[in-house]
Amino acid sequence: MTVKQISVFLENKSGRLLDVTRGLGEAGVNIRALCVADTSEFGVVRLIVDDPALARDSLRDKGMTVKETVVIAVEVEDKPGGLSGVLKPLVDQEMNIEYLYCFLEKSGDQAIVIIRVEEAEQAIGALKVAGFRVIPEDELYAM
Amino acid sequence: MYNPEIESMDRGKLADLQLERLRDTVKRCEEMVPFYRQKLREIGVSWKDIGSLEDIQKLPFTSKDDLRENYPFGMFAVPMREIVRIHASSGTTGQPTVVGYTDNDIENWSELMARSLVAGMADKSDIVQIAYGYGLFTGGLGFHYGVEKLGASAIPISGGNTKRQIRLMVDLGTTVLCCTPSYALYMAETAEDIGVEFKQLKLKSGIFGAEPWSDRMREKVERLLNLSAFDVYGLSEVMGPGVSIECEQKNGLHIFEDAFLPEIIDPATGEASPVGEQGELVFTTINKFGMPLLRYRTRDVTSLDSSPCGCGRTHIRMKRVRGRTDDMLIIRGVNVFPSQIESVLMQIEGISPHYQLTVDREAGLDVLEVQVEVSEEMFSDRIRGLEEWQDIIQAEIESYLGIGLKVGLVEPRSIARSEGKAVRVIDNREQ
Repeated sequence: MTVKQISVFLENKSGRLLDVTRGLGEAGVNIRALCVADTSEFGVVRLIVDDPALARDSLRDKGMTVKETVVIAVEVEDKPGGLSGVLKPLVDQEMNIEYLYCFLEKSGDQAIVIIRVEEAEQAIGALKVAGFRVIPEDELYAM
Repeated sequence: MYNPEIESMDRGKLADLQLERLRDTVKRCEEMVPFYRQKLREIGVSWKDIGSLEDIQKLPFTSKDDLRENYPFGMFAVPMREIVRIHASSGTTGQPTVVGYTDNDIENWSELMARSLVAGMADKSDIVQIAYGYGLFTGGLGFHYGVEKLGASAIPISGGNTKRQIRLMVDLGTTVLCCTPSYALYMAETAEDIGVEFKQLKLKSGIFGAEPWSDRMREKVERLLNLSAFDVYGLSEVMGPGVSIECEQKNGLHIFEDAFLPEIIDPATGEASPVGEQGELVFTTINKFGMPLLRYRTRDVTSLDSSPCGCGRTHIRMKRVRGRTDDMLIIRGVNVFPSQIESVLMQIEGISPHYQLTVDREAGLDVLEVQVEVSEEMFSDRIRGLEEWQDIIQAEIESYLGIGLKVGLVEPRSIARSEGKAVRVIDNREQ
């Protein structure tokens, strides 16, 4: 039930993010969600796309350092306290969340939370027990 | 020792032999090489003025550029009918340099290689795998002739085809391995991949050279390949491998002084440095006929040690080469060679071999930054994962060099590649 996220290494130089997005656009890859983490020298762009394999190969062909990582996509109600509800079952199990980011579903009142933890399967189990819907790969990419 | 009479010769007798051969070499250069004839005439020196070994300082230097300008055969001191072999350097900065050997030169070189092999624990009964490249490069054939001269068994496998190298080591029971130290490490990795343990092999020693390497790297090679590692030094312009070799004391490399006269000079002024001081290594060949060289500037940085050696050899020792004069950086008063940093990086698994050093002056203080390309093995979607790599690299280099530095991670292929010698250093302090 995990989904694939594409990460790209970027130096903090002007135009580098544009190179990534342009590369994906030319390859016909559609970006679903994007999150940048950075230090003063470099950054990591994390992407959820409609075709992770194509995204990976096309960026690699452009000479970029790319990694595919397994993350979890969970549906959350778009209302105050929604995110806390998702975090609680994970914290209860003493799981360490590396990072997370959110995006809104195009139709409806749901938000999608992308969560990166070391033990993905265990986290999915905990979320399901707590009554959350974990979104399968195909559904997420097609959103 | 292969030739104890020469290798442990009384220093006085050795000096007599050296002076006789030096005078003869200068005479041949003067008579046969127009380049030297003109240079000697310009400064008013003739072979007749060489009355002592110290008089070598009257002679002009020879540089790599001189060899390039006299490409291909201008430095030869015999007619072509006497040349039996030609080797050439890789020409990393443009024009290659060509060297020629007479029959006699090949014979002498073979003996020096046989001496080197014996210093590196080999004897007639050994099976010696030569994984240096055969061809224009002097490594492969230099070792090959030495092994045959010694009477050991040569496996002339040349470089590359690593799995086959290891299979042959297993099947043929190789006892002595000859290659570059970095290739030895790569063999260790490959052996692990295909499930061969060096502990089960018969290797007892390895003779490694053709690139600068550190004592730390020696420890690693010895541990991973389960053998005793010896450093061999040479350069094609002067002859090839077998100019100097470590003995079992591993406290410097004995220079074969019956064939090469070493000097250490200050690379900036050309002045001779006292024995023991570090500087640029300079060689005069005194037993070479095809292409003798007077005071050839190697650009390798080392120092000489004339104290007696426990092995019984009387020939002077040079320290392991620390780097090249053209690459040396002085950071807050400490000499730093890119090769030192390279050897540290090479020991960290997963790191790309491409790196660059940038030196800046911030508030009057030199700041060194090492930029390393992020390989897929290093890359992580977590910032912390990348920072851990920075910390590892920084700690490794700092503990080795003893100076602080920054480590920058850069995108793959962002460090300029060049056809020849890579630009490793950007020094912004001059402006």
